[in-house]
Amino acid sequence: MAENVLMDSETIDRTIVRITSEILEKNKGAKELVVIGIRTRGVHIAERIVNRIEKLEGIRPPMGTLDITLYRDDLRRKTEWPKVERTEIPFSVEEKEVILVDDVVYTGRTTRAALEEIMDFGRPSSIQLAAMVDRGHRELPIQPDYVGIKVNTLSSEEVRVHLKETDGNDGVIVLQG
Amino acid sequence: MTFQRKHILGLEELTAEEITLVLDTAESMKEVSERDVKKVPALRGVTVCNLFYEPSTRTRSSFEIAEKRLSADVLNFTLSHSSVTKGETLLDTARNLEAMGAGVIVIRHPMSGAPWLLAKELDSSIINAGDGSHEHPSQALLDLFTIREIKGRIKGLKVVIVGDILHSRVARSNIWGLVKLGAEVRVVGPPTLIPKYIENAKVRTFYNLDDAIEGADVIIMLRIQMERQESAYFPSLREYSRFYGLTREKLKRASEDVTVMHPGPINRGIELSSDIADDAGSVILAQVSNGIAVRMAMFYLVASAGRNV
Repeated sequence: MAENVLMDSETIDRTIVRITSEILEKNKGAKELVVIGIRTRGVHIAERIVNRIEKLEGIRPPMGTLDITLYRDDLRRKTEWPKVERTEIPFSVEEKEVILVDDVVYTGRTTRAALEEIMDFGRPSSIQLAAMVDRGHRELPIQPDYVGIKVNTLSSEEVRVHLKETDGNDGVIVLQG
Repeated sequence: MTFQRKHILGLEELTAEEITLVLDTAESMKEVSERDVKKVPALRGVTVCNLFYEPSTRTRSSFEIAEKRLSADVLNFTLSHSSVTKGETLLDTARNLEAMGAGVIVIRHPMSGAPWLLAKELDSSIINAGDGSHEHPSQALLDLFTIREIKGRIKGLKVVIVGDILHSRVARSNIWGLVKLGAEVRVVGPPTLIPKYIENAKVRTFYNLDDAIEGADVIIMLRIQMERQESAYFPSLREYSRFYGLTREKLKRASEDVTVMHPGPINRGIELSSDIADDAGSVILAQVSNGIAVRMAMFYLVASAGRNV
């Protein structure tokens, strides 16, 4: 399978720095921020953003973990259901600026499920979406607010975000199908 | 691994991996019950029917809450007010429920094996909520879940099951599950209430509570059914309580951090002395709330494996 490297480890580091700055600029600091990562890789990217915010602002915003399995719109159509992992949002989202973090935005269906799940925890002031890769092919009217890299892909291709925490190294690659 | 079973009928037929998957899934489900809005859309559009041929409030309520937290539509059929009392056969009743669109049928029945009959004859997913004196998988799974939550493991634990082993579906399902997950299981009770050939289930049998409790990590007390007294399985409740009731004094022989469990409802002063019942209260209530999470996991897993729900 042909492999095309989109981002290397340094680019990912710089991208985290940039996305964090954009988040802080738009929200005028970190006071009302909470960061929620979508399992699995969104959580690790969220952690890096939170670390960066702490470094810049001296405040560590609360961080949560979202497993959207129970909110998927394709559960009834799948032949094998994914394992349900725990959602952990140990703080109130009421009146907060929620930064929702995912590795790749594709059809928008994962984001939709995540939005619905967050709403079940309360009514935030806003939900903003940050993603390392926007690969297009949206099936729902959903757009990220903060993007690492926007890239045109074919549906047959696969975009993979590799992170040290889960994959041993950092990088974004496109696999030709 | 993924769950391939369309039905959950008993722990005898589940593998250790399948049991562990139910417990892991239940851990995720437990979080849903801790939210302000205790509901997720996973089973939206699925109709679940609770078909209860025996009176039961807590098991049925627990199933119903689990169904509602997963957004299923719930239909209750109970013994007292349904066609059951009009002489319809089990299979006819169940076929009617299926025709009404029940994708999952939860059944409790006084005859052992009734859920297997439905599983064989119907397309719906079947969950056994207790059949005769045979199996009660949801109770055993919630007991296993509670033990794992408190002790952090099941393998290697010394678990004692006390009381009417002969008639207890809770004991039967628990023995299967505990042995599969590597616990050392002991059963103790009057000889009349210990089934023949129990040693085939890889458990150790005791007739003396003091001996059985020695070094125990977990003690599961079974409910003594008052109607058994009339059938002369033991001379009197008082005698039973004296030999097999758990007291502070007897508990001293157990491990220091022993956990006492009871499936409820407790007969205070018979299975448990009142002070032990108070001490164990938090665990017994944890069993109740864990029951909802475990049942949610059971629904999620059978729905994921069954195509027809």
